[in-house]
Amino acid sequence: MVEMTSIQGQTHTRQGSSIGQPLTRMDGVLKVTGAARYAADHHPAGMLYAVMAVSSIARGRVASLDVAAAMAHPGVVQVMTPGNAPKLAEDPDAKTNPFMFRMDLLQNDGVRYPNQPIAVVIADTLESATEGAALLAPAYVTEPARVGLDGNASFAPPAVGVGNPAEMHRGDVDAGLKGAALRMDATYETPAQYHNPMEPHAIVATWDGDTLSIDTPSQGLAMAQGRLAGLFGIAPEGIHIRSPFLGGGFGCKGLLSGPQVLGVMAARLVDRPVKLVLRREQMYGPVGHRAPTRQTVRLGAASDGALTAVSHHAKTASSTFDDFFEPAADTAHTVYASPAIATSHEAVRLDTGTPLFMRAPGEATGSIAMESAIDEMAHACGMDPLAFRLKNYSDVEPISGKPFSSKALRECYAQGAARFGWATRPLAPRQMRDEAGLLVGWGMGTATFPALMFQGHARAVLRSDGTGVMETGAHDMGQGAWTALAQIAADGLGLEQDQVEFRAGSSDLPDAGIAGGSAHTATAGMAIHGAGADVIAKLADLAMDDQRSPLFGAGNTGVIARSGRLHRRDDEGRSESYGDILARAGLTEIEGRGASASDPAAQSAYAMHAHGAVFAEVKVDPEFGQIRVTRLVGAFAAGKIINPRMVQSQYYGGMIWGVSFALHEEALTDRRSGRIMNQNLAEYHVPVNADIPSVEAILVEEHDPHVNALGIKGVGEIGITGTAGAIANAVWHATGIRVREFPITLDRLMG
Amino acid sequence: MNNFEYLRPTTIPEAVAAASVPGAAYLAAGTNLVDLMKGGVVRPSRLVDVGRLPGLTDIEHLPDGGLRIGALIRNAELAHDEGFARRFPSVAEALLSGASGQLRNAATVGGNLLQRTRCAYFYDTASACNKRDPGAGCDAVGGETRTHAVLGWSPSCIATHPSDFCVPLVAMDAVVEVEGSNGRRDVTLEDFHRLPGTSPEQESVLEPGELIVAVRLPPSAAEFASHARYLKVRDRTSYAFAVVSAAAALRMEGGRIAEARIALGGVALKPWRARAAEAVLVGALPDPALFRGAAGVALVDAKPSGDNEFKIELARRIVTRALILAAAGTPSRMPALPASPFAAPDGASQHG
Ligand SMILES: Cc1cc2nc3c(=O)[nH]c(=O)nc-3n(C[C@H](O)[C@H](O)[C@H](O)COP(=O)(O)OP(=O)(O)OC[C@H]3O[C@@H](n4cnc5c(N)ncnc54)[C@H](O)[C@@H]3O)c2cc1C
Ligand code: SF4
Repeated sequence: MVEMTSIQGQTHTRQGSSIGQPLTRMDGVLKVTGAARYAADHHPAGMLYAVMAVSSIARGRVASLDVAAAMAHPGVVQVMTPGNAPKLAEDPDAKTNPFMFRMDLLQNDGVRYPNQPIAVVIADTLESATEGAALLAPAYVTEPARVGLDGNASFAPPAVGVGNPAEMHRGDVDAGLKGAALRMDATYETPAQYHNPMEPHAIVATWDGDTLSIDTPSQGLAMAQGRLAGLFGIAPEGIHIRSPFLGGGFGCKGLLSGPQVLGVMAARLVDRPVKLVLRREQMYGPVGHRAPTRQTVRLGAASDGALTAVSHHAKTASSTFDDFFEPAADTAHTVYASPAIATSHEAVRLDTGTPLFMRAPGEATGSIAMESAIDEMAHACGMDPLAFRLKNYSDVEPISGKPFSSKALRECYAQGAARFGWATRPLAPRQMRDEAGLLVGWGMGTATFPALMFQGHARAVLRSDGTGVMETGAHDMGQGAWTALAQIAADGLGLEQDQVEFRAGSSDLPDAGIAGGSAHTATAGMAIHGAGADVIAKLADLAMDDQRSPLFGAGNTGVIARSGRLHRRDDEGRSESYGDILARAGLTEIEGRGASASDPAAQSAYAMHAHGAVFAEVKVDPEFGQIRVTRLVGAFAAGKIINPRMVQSQYYGGMIWGVSFALHEEALTDRRSGRIMNQNLAEYHVPVNADIPSVEAILVEEHDPHVNALGIKGVGEIGITGTAGAIANAVWHATGIRVREFPITLDRLMG
Repeated sequence: MNNFEYLRPTTIPEAVAAASVPGAAYLAAGTNLVDLMKGGVVRPSRLVDVGRLPGLTDIEHLPDGGLRIGALIRNAELAHDEGFARRFPSVAEALLSGASGQLRNAATVGGNLLQRTRCAYFYDTASACNKRDPGAGCDAVGGETRTHAVLGWSPSCIATHPSDFCVPLVAMDAVVEVEGSNGRRDVTLEDFHRLPGTSPEQESVLEPGELIVAVRLPPSAAEFASHARYLKVRDRTSYAFAVVSAAAALRMEGGRIAEARIALGGVALKPWRARAAEAVLVGALPDPALFRGAAGVALVDAKPSGDNEFKIELARRIVTRALILAAAGTPSRMPALPASPFAAPDGASQHG
């Protein structure tokens, strides 16, 4: 049983049994039966199909398009080009807030990356539109593409990630390195990776005068609404976006992308509802990607293994026309204790789409380098990698010196190591073989991810029939937000799960912030919690002020809300049902509101992060270098666990992405043209079932009194961190070969 | 995709007539062809769907001990046919190591033989490709070439043929039965695919309109059943094309190798039969050093076509291992991961 304290005061308490239960997905049956309608499943009457034509060059301009040929194709209704694209109220290259990124919306004939939209063909059928787009046969004026991290002049970016300083330091790294008994200096490279959710970006847009109705997947409904309002010069309230289900988001649906806006423009141009769905290969450009990095880590250690200096320098790439810099060096701020820490970034501008958020941006790239480097240093010190990490365990956040709001990383190490059987690991590499003669290696990595919170809102209603409603514009990317948030709603209202109607995924509901930064459960959850407190307080006031109520006069001690009844705190035998209270007051329902935001006082006092430890076993064929991750054990501490089943799935998914990062994913970019040559799911490899024979995630108990009243940290991204490094370290332990260029492919291990 | 004509003939002669016009293509399961059409890589003006032609879905055990496989048999059906898998285990293993379960359930024997290269520049219509557009040039050369050919390539084309199935088939002297407007003829699989030379657009010896009706395995192929393996090294554990693969089969007599068969996949624009390497083994006792020598012979003519020199040494190691595995004997059951280095057959050590 979970007890929750109202954030408005200590007067009333709510108790429920939903939080903590491993409920299955509320929307599971809808999904497995196909009844869940995703954006592209909508077909309003009169709808036309739009297909983008995209650029096959990286840089230059479109010299001509054969619009006549496309228009002549049967079924083609219109071809949208810079010549006839609807005028926009705002320049799509304008930036008025840090979450605005530039879009290519057919405003000119310029080409600044491969797969940039250059026209949209609108037709009666998908087939006609597709062929119409092919018939455009663009001619280009091509300029040489700037490809790869050495492809252009490098510079120091003004900021990285979302407004993080590009450089930070504490203590004197040079002195720390100079005074070290052991030093290591190594450079690691990670490739560009592209978003491949099952559901590509899709939009169905319908205009009615100046109001706009949209079905499209979104991790940030209110921001999408605001962006469209700005671009089309209409009121946000006139835009209704429905996004009940996403077929995966991972960051690429956080901000509205250019192609989605093109769907809205196409609908305006033809004055009919329009559907636009990206083809798989069109995902490789206009919707963000994970930037490539080249990271140099320098470590110094005393002879007992204590770090004396940590220096992490990351080179990354952004597009030529916008700024997003993967904050890869920043993980050095939060994990290992050292008297001296320095992090810095540099960047180049390449002819690619703008890189953006991809699951654990900065942490994923940074952690594979740092965890590899830590492993190399442990080896240099002759220490077990876990013992080395424990030696450098930090009880305060290394860069800031702030205490952690909570940090159960020691327990993660201990439980993960025990479950994995780490204790018997030989120190030297290339010592273990299986019965078939395959090389076996064990490696580990530390996982961290910040515990963030954005601003969110919710609305709660209690009805005289004893049921409740909770509304918030939250987003379920497939991870189970419908279910976890409904659990918080039930407990927040003191009702059983089946008495609460939970509404989310629509822009006409209260703004639930953005489903990103692993902050959605905390953000939407705390808003829900607050709305529940508010409506219960109003209900309690009704009862406590009413002489006919058994709760009359309970004001000083307060009430406990449980299973649809309010109980006097000082005498729980005296209670009254919600329905009776409302009925007596002559009300059919009563409403409460909640808002959430991080607490600035707690933020300045504490460092807030989730932590974890991942242990990996790999097998490597000694002659072929082919690798298989045969076992993964992760142990994670992330505060209060709302739904252990969903959380475990999040960890599994993150860890599997870690396998992908370490061994598979890579955008194979032609060195001359800058075009991505494997922009399909046959050749852009992600793990398949046979690559993941065994994955376990341990939920380590952690109570955090500071992050928020419910004690929730995020779980969405942390699984990928630590895992990729653990696998790289296991590959080294199996083979004795340290591969510093990812993904680790078999040719790099053939010896 | 472009508008095209769709025909579903009911007899083979009708199909051949319909497919003999320029721009026509046979459609089997479409797992390769439809992908290519969607990408605008090929734009046939007429599809001749052979899916319902009669007489192409039998697995016949011939009186002479050979086997005849109808062109429309699905890859999965053939691999799981008990009689077939027992007599030609390496072919079954190769089939089961290809693509995914869903694709194998659909893909046909004929389609597998004629599947197109996976060269990324062939798929990318913005790149120059001599196969797609004869004389246009080859953008793969000097590009991203990690998986391109190391044997039999020419400056006109450095692509590989991606089929797994074809590799043990060519080792087993398989014969392709084709029917055209002049009737039926037999072509050995070894002669069926062409090396690129100066005309990489000519991929096989088929004449316009010629239809694959069956693939035959001669009686001799079954004599290798107890020592036949397929081994496929790939960039992930399953659902990936071979980086390099090899089929090895031995006919043992009194502990000696009476006859050997070796073929390589993923190295050339055709399944690569290594006859000279086979000859090295005849009459010898099985021995890893000998196998390594044979593997060297198999690759003597190999040269990198780009950043893929590693494939040559990888191929030598794979041939060696495949021979070791074949000598150790065909496992009693199909490994859970067919053709994989992680297959661990019968728990036996297979590594040096
Ligand atoms: C994602 C993916 C992964 C794959 N992985 C592998 C792998 O690991 N290993 C592997 O070997 N294969 C792999 N494949 C390829 C697969 O084996 C082929 O797509 C399949 O065998 C083709 O058979 P089909 O019946 O679908 O042929 P279709 O696509 O219908 O036809 C292919 C070609 O053959 C021609 N054709 C078909 N039948 C005949 C006939 N009877 N006579 C004359 N011409 C004919 C067609 O005109 C066409 O040119 C993969 C495919 C995909 C899509
Ligand atoms: S290697 Fe062959 S298939 Fe690939 S681009 Fe060159 S000519 Fe075309």
